[in-house]
Amino acid sequence: MSLFISLTLNGEAREVSIDDPRVTLLDLLRERLALPGTKKGCDRGQCGACTVLVNGRRANACLMLAAGLDGAEITTIEGLARGEDLHPVQAAFIEHDGFQCGYCTPGQIMSAVGLIAEGDAGSDPERIREGMSGNICRCGAYHGITLAVQEASRRMAAKDEGGAA
Amino acid sequence: MSDTLSPEIRFGSNSGQPATRRDGLAKVTGVATFAADNTPEGLLHAVYAPAKIARGRVSHLDVAAAEAHPGVTHVITPQNRPELQGDPSGKPTMFSFRTEVLQDDTVRYAGQPIALVLGETLEAATEGARLLAPQYEVDPVRVALDDNTARGFDPGGFGLPGGASHGDVEAGHAVAARSIDVSYETAAQYHNAMETHAIVAQWDGDRLMLDMPSQALKVSCAGFAYFFGIPPENVTLRSPYIGGGFGSKAIPTGPQVLAILAARMTQRPVKLMFTRQQMFGPAGHRGATRQRLRLGVDENAALTVIDHEGLAETSTFDDFVEPAANASHDLYAAGALRASHRLVRLDVGTPGPMRAPGEASGSAALECAMDEMAEAAGMDPLEFRLHNYAETQPGTGRPYSSKALRECYAEGAARFGWEGRPLEPRQMRDADGLMTGWGMGTALFPCPMFAAEARATLRPDGTALFETSAVDMGQGAWTVLAQIAADSLGLTLDQVEFRAGHSALPDGGVAGGSAHTATAGGALHAAGGDVLRQLGELATADPQSPLYGAGNSSLVARHGWLLLEEDESRRERFADILARAGKTEMIGTGHGGRAPEAAGRHAMNSHGAVFAEVKVDPDLRQVRVTRLVGAFAAGRIINPRLTESQLMGGMIWGTSFALHEAARHDRRSGRIVNADFAGYHVPVNADVSGLEVITVHEDDPYVNALGIKGVGEIGIVGTVGAIGNAIWHATGKRVRHFPIRIADLLAP
Repeated sequence: MSLFISLTLNGEAREVSIDDPRVTLLDLLRERLALPGTKKGCDRGQCGACTVLVNGRRANACLMLAAGLDGAEITTIEGLARGEDLHPVQAAFIEHDGFQCGYCTPGQIMSAVGLIAEGDAGSDPERIREGMSGNICRCGAYHGITLAVQEASRRMAAKDEGGAA
Repeated sequence: MSDTLSPEIRFGSNSGQPATRRDGLAKVTGVATFAADNTPEGLLHAVYAPAKIARGRVSHLDVAAAEAHPGVTHVITPQNRPELQGDPSGKPTMFSFRTEVLQDDTVRYAGQPIALVLGETLEAATEGARLLAPQYEVDPVRVALDDNTARGFDPGGFGLPGGASHGDVEAGHAVAARSIDVSYETAAQYHNAMETHAIVAQWDGDRLMLDMPSQALKVSCAGFAYFFGIPPENVTLRSPYIGGGFGSKAIPTGPQVLAILAARMTQRPVKLMFTRQQMFGPAGHRGATRQRLRLGVDENAALTVIDHEGLAETSTFDDFVEPAANASHDLYAAGALRASHRLVRLDVGTPGPMRAPGEASGSAALECAMDEMAEAAGMDPLEFRLHNYAETQPGTGRPYSSKALRECYAEGAARFGWEGRPLEPRQMRDADGLMTGWGMGTALFPCPMFAAEARATLRPDGTALFETSAVDMGQGAWTVLAQIAADSLGLTLDQVEFRAGHSALPDGGVAGGSAHTATAGGALHAAGGDVLRQLGELATADPQSPLYGAGNSSLVARHGWLLLEEDESRRERFADILARAGKTEMIGTGHGGRAPEAAGRHAMNSHGAVFAEVKVDPDLRQVRVTRLVGAFAAGRIINPRLTESQLMGGMIWGTSFALHEAARHDRRSGRIVNADFAGYHVPVNADVSGLEVITVHEDDPYVNALGIKGVGEIGIVGTVGAIGNAIWHATGKRVRHFPIRIADLLAP
């Protein structure tokens, strides 16, 4: 017995069949929709590796049942870059070496995009560190992550101001 | 393309440059494929059921309930497990442990696999494993260091470390004017790479294809081949990206063997991925230790003796003793030294190497004890260490291949602002009234080398392909090894294609021991050199070449040209040399490793000095590390950007060791009660600020041809002690175990 839900997934309208009510958004993406960029680190909302944007807000995909997401707009790491153009957060992560093994990186980046959109942290390192603390990096790339989020935040703010002027 | 040589490109110019990661684009866009990201057609999901007791036997499993669950296809237990060709108690490779693969119904530690459930979906297999509802016959458990008898052992091989001694230890104690006798304990820690252990196994006849994170591809292939009675070359292992390893991914685990077995049994691809909770079981850990340190100094504060006894847990069925006391070997000039180890067998999974095995735990105790000794001698901790500086290797008198530790002390102390630190504790408060303390520790990590092979192929267009089964688990091999490879032929980074992370490539060796860049890099460097040698022989023997008769000793490679060093107008393109010789490519091979005679002449270590500032809330006793400055001398630095990341990551591990990480057992059941990220704490971003890394210049002509010492692990070493010492300096409280928690500082 299948349930169908409508999703806007990385900008594309999709009708998705849910074969099992237990399926989480994370396992839907990874095992059924061929979008394994979102990573599983703990499967219980403790590490942030599976962070995606749901209706523009960051969320742990492992804690959301897919069946409850009818009508949701979901952005994953695969949907962030515009073709060849990296999102400013992605570019800043490379420049500031905001990762080592790269496994928590999709979650870190989606979390950073969400944090910047929330507008509370700005480029204040202390608030960025606090706001990024739902995403564990076992390699210990936190110094680079903080610098990367700071820089992306500044760049995006400058661009917004440029656009408004 | 212009014939003019680009002036900014010179031989060796890639090394030393802070290139960004070559795999960066793949990692920030989510297309980097980790093992569990593979979902081949016809896949079955495997989930193993872990034992919920630590000692006894499984008396019942509700197999029928599991099999009846929709989507469950198979339940494998000791009763019906298909035969394995290799004995699970055997040790086929240098990195093998006795493995739990459902060979019987015995439970030897909590988290041991007791059944494997296969399902069409992950959800079905997960529920099937839950429905097994195991019942047990339970024996009393032993999970703490005092729960069983401590024993000596005969050292030998992997996991049973020898000790060391020199001088007359008893005399060293007897002549000491001042002595300390202290015991430190370190908690059991679990690697917890963000990517849990995973495998996707597919059989094609008697050939096996594995997607699996591995720190040692060829060794893993041999290990798995042993279990299935096939030649190692029948196993193909792909491990292009590894989501952290830290020592836990060099050794094949039982559940991975079972997944391969399930794939053979069902003739379908099988995926198995450990849950986070399962990472606290069959994948190794850093065993708990208790270390007794007896130090003595004479009237002039010179160490008369370092007597370091380590006690470490291992499992009831295999041996891995944390070589903690060996951290005292090479560091300080003491008249006499003894480093010794004993083990205690507990109902835990077998420990294994975890980032800086021995060095991290041993240095934590040693560096705190050194502070206690300095205090007893009435000296500044840094001054005391300088006073006992080893100019040659203690005991042997061998020279160090290089040792810029004095410079590390000086540069680290200057950057930190160590001067003027009050000798007594509890002297400093910040503007908010927080108790402030400064502490330091010395870091040392040896420079082992393993063996690696590489192949270089010069192509007709002057670009080159380099191949080795090297491993990037975050340390930066994709980038750093490519930089070394490009330099070996005088090419730019974008003229080099680099293939790694696949077992069909020449053996890249083991990513461990902080030795991978030196070893695999050495092989790549030698492979490029082999190409140049052949090119030189062709050109200098060919009357049509501008290099004819030049002899190949002063030939250099630069930007696709071979040229004569003393007369650069005599030069020829690689491509032209190849073309005239009628060759479409030229292949060179290279070996990385250290000759035994070179290993004997010098003592070889990386060194460093770490300075920590902590602030402690006077009421709540919450500890924050507010500044951490590490100065390290580790030979030649290939990529400063990635090196800084490695060292910072290590220092964060040190912070974690000092303040956060501890696996806690329930004393009745033997289970680890905090087996997830909610209970097992590792630092998050908010725990880390004020981190600074200095790399001190060091030329080492002896350690290897490239002068590389390695930076993967030394960051932890020294940091733990520095933080412990800073906490004492802030509070006056000497806590003699790690991690140090609020409760320890609140206690009267």
